Amino acid sequence: MLDAILFYAFAVLVLGGAVLTITGRNAVHSAVWLIVSLLGVAGLYLLQQAEFLFAVQIVLYVGGIMVLFLFVIMLVNLDQAARERQFNRQWLVGLAAVAAVGVQLGYFLYHGMSAFHLPEAGAVSPAGNTEQIADSLFSEYLLPFEVASVLLLVAVVGSVIMAKKRI
Amino acid sequence: MHIGTGHYLALSAALLLIGTVGVLTRRNIVIILMSIELILNAVNINLVAFSHALHNVNGQIFAIFVITDAVAEAAVGLGILIALFRNKETVQADEIDLLKW
Repeated sequence: MLDAILFYAFAVLVLGGAVLTITGRNAVHSAVWLIVSLLGVAGLYLLQQAEFLFAVQIVLYVGGIMVLFLFVIMLVNLDQAARERQFNRQWLVGLAAVAAVGVQLGYFLYHGMSAFHLPEAGAVSPAGNTEQIADSLFSEYLLPFEVASVLLLVAVVGSVIMAKKRI
Repeated sequence: MHIGTGHYLALSAALLLIGTVGVLTRRNIVIILMSIELILNAVNINLVAFSHALHNVNGQIFAIFVITDAVAEAAVGLGILIALFRNKETVQADEIDLLKW
């Protein structure tokens, strides 16, 4: 029962924040609503016993990416953009396409709902969530982990070059 | 009332659609980038839901890689935005038509 109440509370937070993010006129307000939405997602992780991802979500998204967004909003002058038209000319086509995809997704989810009663897969490991992730990340997924660090290096170099005075 | 994997999948599908609407209809590039973050979070909800249902930690590992990608994408995207604003003085996606003639 408590699970259900928390799930619906976080779901309202996630979806409400998301809708206000994409409809806002002021980019700073959008960023704040995106933070609300991401915190809701973090709560959903906690509900599913993914404590490590909960911490990563808050530290990385709310602490890192959103600060990056707010810095760029301050560097870039958005006053002019806030006064202009907010939606492009193809918005109706876009909405129709998304609605079509939404109907498909809803249909499949509704008819496939019974397939989600997954068989119980063994006993829960006694190790904690963070320990399990570390074990898996540093043994089975060591190569992807290293490749991800190269990706981050490329991203850092790329963004520094992009933001340089003269490209 | 039981909250199962299906509930999480429905929520994630709704978040994905909201993010897609943002990408397709907004003109402001900053908000388009925020919509991409919403889409990536929808993916992560899916991965964690299945990870929880199957008692298998691999889904959460993939969620970590998705978050890494999201960080790289945000950094490069915002760098491009700053370079673009310096050259064109606009952040509206449909006013940037250098490759059209």
